[in-house]
Amino acid sequence: MQRFALIAIPYAWLLALFLIPFVIVFKISLSDIALAIPPYTPTLSDGVGPFFSALDFENFAFLASDDLYWKAYVSSLRIAAISTILTLLVGYPIAYAMARAPEEWRPTLMMLVILPFWTSFLIRVYAWMGILSQEGFLNQFLLWTGLIDAPLTILNTTTAVYIGIVYTYVPFMILPIFAALDRLDGSLIEAAEDLGCSRLQAFWLVTIPLSKNGIIAGSFLVFIPALGEFVIPSLLGGSGTLMIGKVLWEEFFNNRDWPVASAVAVILLLILIIPIVLFQRNQQRQAEEEA
Amino acid sequence: MNRLSWFNVTSLTLGFAFLYLPMVILVIYSFNESKLVTVWAGFSTKWYGELLQNEAFLDAAWVTIKVAVLSSTFATVLGTMAAYVLVRGGRFLGRTLFSGMIYAPLVMPEVITGLSLLLLFIGIGLDRGVLTIVLAHTTFSMCYVSVVVSSRLMTFDRSLEEAALDLGCSSFDAFRLVTLPIIAPAVISGWLLAFTLSLDDLVIASFTAGPSATTLPIKIFSAVRLGVSPEINALSTIMIGIVTVGVISASLISKRNSLRQQRDEQAAARTA
Repeated sequence: MQRFALIAIPYAWLLALFLIPFVIVFKISLSDIALAIPPYTPTLSDGVGPFFSALDFENFAFLASDDLYWKAYVSSLRIAAISTILTLLVGYPIAYAMARAPEEWRPTLMMLVILPFWTSFLIRVYAWMGILSQEGFLNQFLLWTGLIDAPLTILNTTTAVYIGIVYTYVPFMILPIFAALDRLDGSLIEAAEDLGCSRLQAFWLVTIPLSKNGIIAGSFLVFIPALGEFVIPSLLGGSGTLMIGKVLWEEFFNNRDWPVASAVAVILLLILIIPIVLFQRNQQRQAEEEA
Repeated sequence: MNRLSWFNVTSLTLGFAFLYLPMVILVIYSFNESKLVTVWAGFSTKWYGELLQNEAFLDAAWVTIKVAVLSSTFATVLGTMAAYVLVRGGRFLGRTLFSGMIYAPLVMPEVITGLSLLLLFIGIGLDRGVLTIVLAHTTFSMCYVSVVVSSRLMTFDRSLEEAALDLGCSSFDAFRLVTLPIIAPAVISGWLLAFTLSLDDLVIASFTAGPSATTLPIKIFSAVRLGVSPEINALSTIMIGIVTVGVISASLISKRNSLRQQRDEQAAARTA
């Protein structure tokens, strides 16, 4: 009896507040927009028979026919992929240096990487608005050094979105890579160097392959949330930055087109399933390797 | 591997400068006299004063704290139960679905979670307000709690529980007297994680909040859309300050506890 309750309570909670809402999203993506409350048709009060016969894939056909949505999905994928690579390029040297630091420094360095994660995401994104704007800190600094003559336009461009994503997600990249490098046996690198590898070769042939699991895990941890990101493109990006999370938000709140917003969500979910499944597999394989 | 080359030192310095400078600049400009955030006009704390007079912000802060305390507490209870089921529950019907529902919210885009919960609340005719935000936050934070707690459950020695059962404890007593004290640090960090996730959430709260309840992130977001303002800098500084003090003291406490535990174990080993 106790065991039943223990399983049933969280199970029922997740069914009611996680799974069923998705079924509803899926259903509404097959409905039509209506001038009513709620703003879609059919609803179950129309009767079961007419309810099912009124559902169709019209919204998906609309998404496929309108350039805007295609471009938004492709551009989200591109922005997420490029920022994942940038995050790796920024994060790897930091993780590498942390793993080489004296043992007694490492807990402090770890805490310094984790600390920003506890600070509000919104505030960390907001901090860049003041830095990247026309009269912002970065432009003032660059003008002062004489590197540029006129202020650069960075805020409200895709560049600012890249900076924002790298900044907020880099801890997710550093931590798994650091975990992999921390376990790495230093004598392997010495052996490689003894056997005639240059330092760079040893890094390329020994360190990188042995930290592969950390790199893969970190990349997924950045790519997956970046794909559906809303806050960063809406605060740092401009009208030219198309990201699907923002499109969904605007479709829902500005256009009040719930059926199309739901269809956008369904497609985003389908796109996300691939990296999520790959990530799960990678985590499982890693767990088996360690066992 | 304890040789830091100049390259390592440079990457650490630049890396941490990148992580911390934006926040340092934000904090500095919160003490700026001028309304223009980018022009330094002398030291002043007037924006903090204005912030404390801004009732809309104070109300939103109060709602946010209420939501965070309630949702993180519910999430801790449900998440710990879920972790226990996942690690100790054995086989049961629909186990795969259950573990899928625990892990899926961790990778789900917030816009989708928010949208789906809103459609549910409207479908069942629940008025949007504090209750709906609490329900939404509990749902996604319980999954984080469950991941944190289950990793602790997996590493601890099961024979301790079995000994308690052999010695006549009911399974609930064994959980209360043996398991819970051992996993307590993980449960506490799960609560803290759920609490910060709730404080921080903008997207899901925007979907599930009604006109009667606005949280602080929603207020901040609508203010910063119009641009940078010194009042928001002041508010951010207060929030950064609280988090920094909280995290540092939590880590000092856990360090002290683990030192004490080490000492106790050594003392026990000597007397044995």
